[in-house]
Amino acid sequence: MKPDKLLHPTDKGLYCPPGDFFIDPVKPVDRALITHGHADHARAGHAHVMATRETLDIMGIRYGENFAGATQEATLGKAVTINGVTVSFHPAGHVLGSAQIAVEAGGTRIVASGDYKRRADPTCAGFEVVPCDVFITEATFGLPVFIHPDDGGEIARLLDSVARFPERAHLVGAYALGKAQRVIALIRKAGYAETIFIHGAMEKLCTYYRRQGIDLGPLAPATIDKGARDQFAGKIIVGPPSAFADKWARRFPDPVACFASGWMRVRQRAKQRGVELPLILSDHSDWDELTQTIRDTGASEVWVTHGREEALVRWCELSQIRAKPLNLVGYEDEAE
Amino acid sequence: MGVIAMKPFAALLDALVLTPSRNAKLRLIVDYIAATPDPDRGYAIAAITRDLDIPSVKPAMIRALVEARVDPVLFGYSYDFVGDLAETVSLIWPAEEERPSPSPLRGGSMRSVGVGVSDGEEPPPGSAHLRDPHRPPLKGEVKNADLPLATIVETLQISSRSDGPRLVERWLDALDPPGRYALLKLITGGMRIGVSSRLVKQALADFGGKDVTEIEELWHGLAIPYTNLFAWLDGTGPKPESAAAAPFRPVMLANPADTEDLARYDPADYCAEWKWDGIRVQATAEKGVARIYSRTGDDISRSFPDLLAAMDFEGSIDGELLVGHFEDGAIRPGTFGDLQQRLNRKTVSAKQQAKFPAFVRAYDLLQEGGDDLRPLPFETRRARLEAFVATLPADRFDLSPLVPFKIWEEVAAKRNAPPAPIIEGLMLKRRDSIYVPGRPKGPWFKFKRDPFLIDAVLMYAQRGHGKRSSFYSDYTFGVWTGEADDPALVPVGKAYFGFTDEELKQIDKFVRDNTVERFGPVRSVRAEPDHGLVLEVAFEGLNRSTRHKSGVAMRFPRISRLRWDKPPFEADRLETLEAMLD
Repeated sequence: MKPDKLLHPTDKGLYCPPGDFFIDPVKPVDRALITHGHADHARAGHAHVMATRETLDIMGIRYGENFAGATQEATLGKAVTINGVTVSFHPAGHVLGSAQIAVEAGGTRIVASGDYKRRADPTCAGFEVVPCDVFITEATFGLPVFIHPDDGGEIARLLDSVARFPERAHLVGAYALGKAQRVIALIRKAGYAETIFIHGAMEKLCTYYRRQGIDLGPLAPATIDKGARDQFAGKIIVGPPSAFADKWARRFPDPVACFASGWMRVRQRAKQRGVELPLILSDHSDWDELTQTIRDTGASEVWVTHGREEALVRWCELSQIRAKPLNLVGYEDEAE
Repeated sequence: MGVIAMKPFAALLDALVLTPSRNAKLRLIVDYIAATPDPDRGYAIAAITRDLDIPSVKPAMIRALVEARVDPVLFGYSYDFVGDLAETVSLIWPAEEERPSPSPLRGGSMRSVGVGVSDGEEPPPGSAHLRDPHRPPLKGEVKNADLPLATIVETLQISSRSDGPRLVERWLDALDPPGRYALLKLITGGMRIGVSSRLVKQALADFGGKDVTEIEELWHGLAIPYTNLFAWLDGTGPKPESAAAAPFRPVMLANPADTEDLARYDPADYCAEWKWDGIRVQATAEKGVARIYSRTGDDISRSFPDLLAAMDFEGSIDGELLVGHFEDGAIRPGTFGDLQQRLNRKTVSAKQQAKFPAFVRAYDLLQEGGDDLRPLPFETRRARLEAFVATLPADRFDLSPLVPFKIWEEVAAKRNAPPAPIIEGLMLKRRDSIYVPGRPKGPWFKFKRDPFLIDAVLMYAQRGHGKRSSFYSDYTFGVWTGEADDPALVPVGKAYFGFTDEELKQIDKFVRDNTVERFGPVRSVRAEPDHGLVLEVAFEGLNRSTRHKSGVAMRFPRISRLRWDKPPFEADRLETLEAMLD
């Protein structure tokens, strides 16, 4: 089967005509297969949703139990048939529950990888290479300037700063699903055992991660006690980046603004956001991971979605791999 | 790796980029100076003040180096995104240790910039080639881990244009990304780290416990890497002699005054003159060397070659640099907008020089031939100045006239009715005042005209930085235009100070409660004839502007009052502003 007969973009998202389903649709549809729980990929209001157990749980936490008409749990690595199309889910290493979706019919296999990363993450299963004919890849950090350094080194810089400025609160901006829990788990791995304070928007997801057996250590809400303005001095607080611009942030004494994001690789980006301590930590692949993964899949054709498509397409051309940008709308840059 | 001497400099640059507070920046520079030996600290300082020039290295050469290793198209996309050449190169540079290897992914060990080179594939066009490991050493090449700034600078300064690039290439290979960034900033300038040379001089003064004017006075006579300056600042050597011809002389500044302040002084003791709204300069020519300095001692001669060419005298004039045409025996000054056409330019075209000729309106004479006039009273200096200016080319130098007055009330009235729009008030100088650096209280006052005021409507608010990062503290405001029964707002300016902390909280709340749309850190707020926030905006002057939709641009706008009481439809119209244009 020609690949674009098996999957092609529409204004609702990536559509599979023979299987009559969408992958990560941005508008309500009858049947949706969802790669992971981030809001731009997982939306409420579909009649039927298929996703991993964790992604379904996360959608339930974010949108309420009635986020879809019906749900179907996908078991990793187990193939199911939808209207004659074989579908299987495989770990993507992006956040808890994240999966690549392999779609196969008429001898053609396409892997829609959603968002993914290759390096180890204590909060989710690692990426698995799925050989395929067409690989659909994100390109959030699809420029050769984006090389994410070692996680441990970034966390060490945070803990050094906490030790050096015991009078200041360290506010770590981290996306509420995935990044926040990974940052906390990495801080624990580095041996920091004190209570970490979290923004209210993260509480439910942190609780869920813990129930899945992920050790986040002692957490407490970052609420302020009456007359105790300095209670956060020397502490680490994790909150969504949007909250830093909010009145919420005013309760902390002389805070050190930290931001855990792949964008922090670029100084002027950090400066524009008023970040004092940039932490280069991303749940997306860096340039080397993107290009290595394309090679690893053995795909003869690559479709590039959200991000810096043109650079990754260029790289594929130089490497004699057929590639095109897939103009899907509705996905954000790393929403951090 | 581990190129030790580059590390502290790289760390300094990184910290300076991300530190918003002036005091914290000063501390960072002082700490660096204290911890770094000569001559490295001198080269670092010279790089930050942009006084360091390395002729064998140019940005185009750096770009050629990187494009030999990285696909130029991918480099172009990256440069577009990052926006700074040194930073792009530092991040994208495929160093030898990071070459592609068949090993698995972890640890960022593989690198494949624009190339699919592992496992025996043919590298596509534009890809890097591993260099010969048995290459012969270059003259001046540093072999090992230690790479002091001095070695870099001194080696490059004696290198040819062909050896320079090869040295830089090898250093880039030996450094990590922050080190590469620091290396490139060191040798190409163009820091973009938010540090002025004035701030560096202040840090030097802080480090040595000196007054910043002493540093300014010495600065142009010093030679990089400033070893004798540091000896003095360390307390181990004498104050350097100011040996340079045409040195900068630290300027005397005035304190602001109002009618109440002045009532304590006798008007008969003071002279008055117009306060011209150009840029304060010192035009110094001695022993065949001519220089134009800003009031902080930066040499700005290069921007004003037309004026420089007319500086055929022996002396040092304190005055205001303006642009204007010589007509009927006098110079007619242009507007501040005209002057802006000549500012912040490294090179000035002949056309710009002809259209906006620069001249100096002289206030004071600091040096005449061999005589230092600064210890003389103002009146004496003034007499010498008048005689001196009379000998100079009349199209490039004229006198700032004295304004006669008897009583302070006269001064108060005159300052608000100046004879030209390029005047921002009056200066009052004690007749017996000697010329001293800094801002002493008493001898000189500036008595500014009252600011212009308009009522405008808040249209957009942007989040601030640092302490204000959780507040919407930068405001774009507009005035009404169009039909009276169907008016629309047009933005006329932006202001981010003038209000109290309490008022900031109130505006912030208004912005959050009345947001219409968000664009990143910016919110548009409700701004309708019957609903919105009126701001009384004070500003110093108004220019025509083709860059702004309204056609006008304000100078020094600030919020003077919040007009919660005023309905937006009563705010001013664009016509009111247009009428203020000269």
